[in-house]
Amino acid sequence: MKALSLIGLEKVYANGVRALDGINLEVDEGDFFALLGPNGAGKTTAIGIITSLVNKTAGKVEIFGHDIDQELEIAKSMIGVVPQEINFNQFEKVFNIVVNQAGYYGIPRAEACRRAEKYLRQLELWEKRDQISRSLSGGMKRRLMIARALVHEPRLLILDEPTAGVDIEIRRSMWEFVKGINEAGTTIILTTHYLEEAENLCRNIAIIDEGRIIEHNRMDRLLRKLHKEIVLLNLAGPVEAAPELDGYLCRRVDEETLEVEITDQRGLSALFEQLNSRGIVVQSMRNKSNRLEELFMDLVENRAGRQQAAAEGKS
Amino acid sequence: MRHRENWIGFKTIVLKELSRILRIWMQTLLPPVITMTLYFIIFGNLIGRRIGLMDGFDYMQYIAPGLIMMSVITNSYGNVVSSFFGAKFGKYLEEMLVSPLPNWLIILGHMAGGMARGLMVGIAVTIIALFFTELQLHSLPVTLSVALLTSAVFSLAGMINAIFAKKFDDIAIVPTFILTPLTYLGGVFYSINMLPEFWQGVSRANPILYMVNAFRHGILGVSDIGLGTAYAIIMVFLVVLFTTALMLMRKGVGIRD
Repeated sequence: MKALSLIGLEKVYANGVRALDGINLEVDEGDFFALLGPNGAGKTTAIGIITSLVNKTAGKVEIFGHDIDQELEIAKSMIGVVPQEINFNQFEKVFNIVVNQAGYYGIPRAEACRRAEKYLRQLELWEKRDQISRSLSGGMKRRLMIARALVHEPRLLILDEPTAGVDIEIRRSMWEFVKGINEAGTTIILTTHYLEEAENLCRNIAIIDEGRIIEHNRMDRLLRKLHKEIVLLNLAGPVEAAPELDGYLCRRVDEETLEVEITDQRGLSALFEQLNSRGIVVQSMRNKSNRLEELFMDLVENRAGRQQAAAEGKS
Repeated sequence: MRHRENWIGFKTIVLKELSRILRIWMQTLLPPVITMTLYFIIFGNLIGRRIGLMDGFDYMQYIAPGLIMMSVITNSYGNVVSSFFGAKFGKYLEEMLVSPLPNWLIILGHMAGGMARGLMVGIAVTIIALFFTELQLHSLPVTLSVALLTSAVFSLAGMINAIFAKKFDDIAIVPTFILTPLTYLGGVFYSINMLPEFWQGVSRANPILYMVNAFRHGILGVSDIGLGTAYAIIMVFLVVLFTTALMLMRKGVGIRD
């Protein structure tokens, strides 16, 4: 069963900006799905339409087979959303925010209180339940929005940059939490600018740019498309210039660091052999960026490059 | 099928509104009580003594129903406009918009919240009035029904104002430049029979005149306007404003991109 189907979804804002240009997208039930794209690509607009905060211009949205034009209330009852921006009443108590949200979904108060306790405990906010939400730290506010989104136990959870501005320790604990939610059967759609996050968590991915889906694939298949990897080598001693290496592109970053591009055809052994033969000793090695990040940049930049070339061709 | 869920959703909105009204009682309940006390002292007691009888009642008795209704109107309106616009401005209106709550229920929930504040303040002002004058109760059903319907009308008007408002200035313009003048010219302090014929006609275009007079009829048994006409006007406003609010919510005016 498809948790989400977007068919020919279009959005043109009143100022004429075409935010979505007929996107088609399917997310399977139980999936952990990444929706990535540069700023202004249309991710948040798509999420806004799915959660009915934005009116679509054309196209169709189905949540577990329920068309939002025909069965909006049923479709909405199946979605939980953690938005990019803080959107709870900053003067309300933490516990009330979660319990009220349950009420909006028709959950009786006793059950709402039980669930609020469950999720606030799981997200380590139970001790803060009587505090005014404004007094919470940034990370706590993000976790409160997750508790609020889960209180009606949705089948589809949409996380729009849930870890933005959160320190790495809290980010990792949030990853573990949402992994658990997904393993328990909730379909998750994640947008994030931390591509490491998407690579670690998601099984399927779509990349959106300028309102169009430019890639829609399984994460492992997509990553296999990346035929090169760039590594940084920290050297034991200084080098004056980048060495000439057979089959490798090499650049000197500073006197003790080299940047080397490694393709699928060439392994690491030949690289080290060549470096050893030149008396260059490598102390440590790390990836310049994560693989998804490189692929993402390739896709987005290639598209921009093609568009520019087409524009120049026309003129 | 969703009756039970809708009822729980409605109760949640109303309880949230009540909790807000009581939490910030210094802003919601106290100021109208102080203002109305001053009205009773200055207009009723000090100036009213020199005015004499109006429609057979001393001036304090005559203006008391109008002042109670004025509090109901301004507080019902003020509650919804500030609560709904606050939720919109703070983005937490999205909590309701993403939920399965139907638009009509969101409207009804906020309307009930506005009515609750209007009636709370109305009761408080009635108690204050009893310190200054004696009030008879000509008809409890008329008094209650007019208070309830009027507070519903102005709660809906407040909601429509909040839907259109883009900044805090926008929620002050209507109360300052439209609501307050209409209330003052709506027969709170005088009978329109005292006006020249032309101004009587102009006054009849003011909907608040009908509400104030119907309420005065409920308490004192006197009115410048026929009761049937007053109810008809109030009901027309109620239906038109509710339909307008529903249409705006459905279209997403001011709340959805």
